[in-house]
Amino acid sequence: RKIIFEKQWFYLDNAIGHIYGTTFEVTNGGNLQPKQEVEEATTETKEAGTDNRNIVDDGKSQKLTHDDIKALKDKGIKGQEIVQQLIENSTTFRDKTEFAQDKYIKKKKKKYEAIITIVKPSTRILSTMYYAREPGKINHLRYDTLAQMLTLGNIHAGTKMIVMETCAGLVLGAVMERMGGYGSIIQMYPGGGPVRAATSCFGFPKAFFDNLHEFPLSKVQSLLCGTFSAEPEEIPLLEEESNGLSEEKQQETEEEPAAETTMEMNPAEEQDTMDIGAEEVEFKENKEKENKENVREKQIKQWERRKKLKEAAALLREKNADGLIVASKFHPTPLLLSLLEFVAPSRPFVVYCQYKEPLLDCYTKLRERGGVINLKLSESWLRNYQVLPDRSHPKLTMSGGGGYLLSGITVILEQGRNPEVLKVEEPSSKRCKLQDLPC
Amino acid sequence: MSFVEYGDTIKDGDTAIVFLGHESMFPVKVQHGTVTQTKYGVIRHSTNLIGKKYGSKVTCSKGGWVFILHPTPELWTMNLPHRTQILYSTDISIITMMLELKPGSIVCESGTGSGSLSHALIRTVAPTGHLYTVEFHQQRAEKARQEFREHGVEHLVTVTNQDVCKNGFGVSNIADAVFLDIPSPWEAIGHAKSALKAEGGRICSFSPCIEQVQRTCLAMEEYGFTEINTLEILLRVYNVRTISLQIPDLGKAAEDNSSSGFDSSNPSQQSSPCANLQQGTVQFKSGVPLREVVGHTGYLTFATKS
Repeated sequence: RKIIFEKQWFYLDNAIGHIYGTTFEVTNGGNLQPKQEVEEATTETKEAGTDNRNIVDDGKSQKLTHDDIKALKDKGIKGQEIVQQLIENSTTFRDKTEFAQDKYIKKKKKKYEAIITIVKPSTRILSTMYYAREPGKINHLRYDTLAQMLTLGNIHAGTKMIVMETCAGLVLGAVMERMGGYGSIIQMYPGGGPVRAATSCFGFPKAFFDNLHEFPLSKVQSLLCGTFSAEPEEIPLLEEESNGLSEEKQQETEEEPAAETTMEMNPAEEQDTMDIGAEEVEFKENKEKENKENVREKQIKQWERRKKLKEAAALLREKNADGLIVASKFHPTPLLLSLLEFVAPSRPFVVYCQYKEPLLDCYTKLRERGGVINLKLSESWLRNYQVLPDRSHPKLTMSGGGGYLLSGITVILEQGRNPEVLKVEEPSSKRCKLQDLPC
Repeated sequence: MSFVEYGDTIKDGDTAIVFLGHESMFPVKVQHGTVTQTKYGVIRHSTNLIGKKYGSKVTCSKGGWVFILHPTPELWTMNLPHRTQILYSTDISIITMMLELKPGSIVCESGTGSGSLSHALIRTVAPTGHLYTVEFHQQRAEKARQEFREHGVEHLVTVTNQDVCKNGFGVSNIADAVFLDIPSPWEAIGHAKSALKAEGGRICSFSPCIEQVQRTCLAMEEYGFTEINTLEILLRVYNVRTISLQIPDLGKAAEDNSSSGFDSSNPSQQSSPCANLQQGTVQFKSGVPLREVVGHTGYLTFATKS
């Protein structure tokens, strides 16, 4: 299969059998060839200027023309040699400082030497990639913020987590990775079905999906009131779900090229293809509705789905989840006020929001509701550094844009709150007085 | 209770967190017949704690009350007895993700210090992973061992009392990740490399000073580590406050629209009916940064062995 990445196209066939982290060079036919450590051409940097007082930008320092370079490329000459040619034909190169020479070579190498490293999928890689490539799909959840969520939520093996996300399944995947297949996850989903495009990039073994449940958000209210049942809504359910599937499929096809071009997805990851394959089959079955032979199979599927729904409902009804993770495009307050009902006391919860204001509202409403302590509204800043001998400095600041978190711990909710509670729980007694006085 | 498994009720021998309100809490070792003093009065373990559910409100002798919480590595980090400078949850979270830790991972750490990071690492790699932690200070190593025992995680951790720069981690070719928090990490990079699995793994070094980072980066390059990346993470915490600002008197006749216009733009006003009563002010909710925040903990340098 042909894959396009960063204006290069290639086939992955040759990459199979190599270990993760192997670096490849793209050749003309789109084949990959493992690249070994290259001895740096050190002879070139011997001559160097001390400053740039005599360097004039006349646009003529490079003696090779555009056409010359294109010709070199067309001839299929190795990128490394093109870079060498460029250096030799640059009149100012020798006058540049050693650092500037270094920088020049690096820049040219980036452009002409097409090298690709294939790595194993992980939360680190995928969250970094999604934030860089498709921040809109994950509500601008930066990777360090996701890391905070996993820690603040005390996500670990053996827990029973509730996850509500509209981040393409990235948050779900991150939680699954940390739980390692131990414990259970109930994914609450809006609309017709959960989106798991990013989840499938992780290449989890099939066993990880055994304890992954899903439950539609639209049925939360009826579950809380005790009027929930999977049976009578058979017909609307069916429609919803088939819609959902096609929706999901659509999402997936949208995401797929993006995920693959970023090379972090490995073709050798059989699980991946298996998952997609399975879904494809499902999808086709939905398409061939008229086909009578498939009707029976469809019924079995429906029945299975209903059974899974019932299982998820039963798990939620126990109201003893070990944590709640919310990262969605929806207003967090109603989600939290409802979903916290399913969480056991003395358990952490974390809500992500791209904006601070909804979390301010959520904070206030949670205080009014009670049953939570240690509420904390936070944001993390991330700064990357360039560390080179005599050239160390911060790279870029990423403030804002990474989103905000509201976290806390559940406690046993008492019936009928007494005024005493208010006094101690409110951080500023002044505020209470202010609000209480006129009322 | 255990740091790696949730329990419902408080049992004899558990470590529990007593939450006094607003960021004030402390850990307590639950024991029959023991009492704990708080500013709200005495907590009697036998009657007030044992058998109760985690997350319960416990009334103390003076009529005040506290919440009893299930321990987690994060709560422990906030409450542990310091024997050294410790790593806080913000750094820990990025370390855990960037080292790609998950259940089953084998991790090497040095130094153990106060065990703040150790608890978080153990939590993440449990139940099938293992932590090999090296501490050259004998007393600290012993204390850490004792804590791991008390917290029910000793089966997941091996504490070695030796100098990591001289003697390494005491294991080779088994680790998925190595973490270094020592004064001269560049002296331990070689040992770190040999502790990591032959097929590769991740490494992280925590240093407060940029000079340390530079030497570490050079050493990493020398030993063939790739993907070397240095970053810093800072946490900003906000207090949620209702703020009221006075509207200046510009000599205009009080117009009704001006104040009501502000109110309707803020839906949360419905919950505070006193917004309009004080004339000439506008109230709003704001996330106010704390007056003083942590400006720097340390640089985190990550790299890959492949």
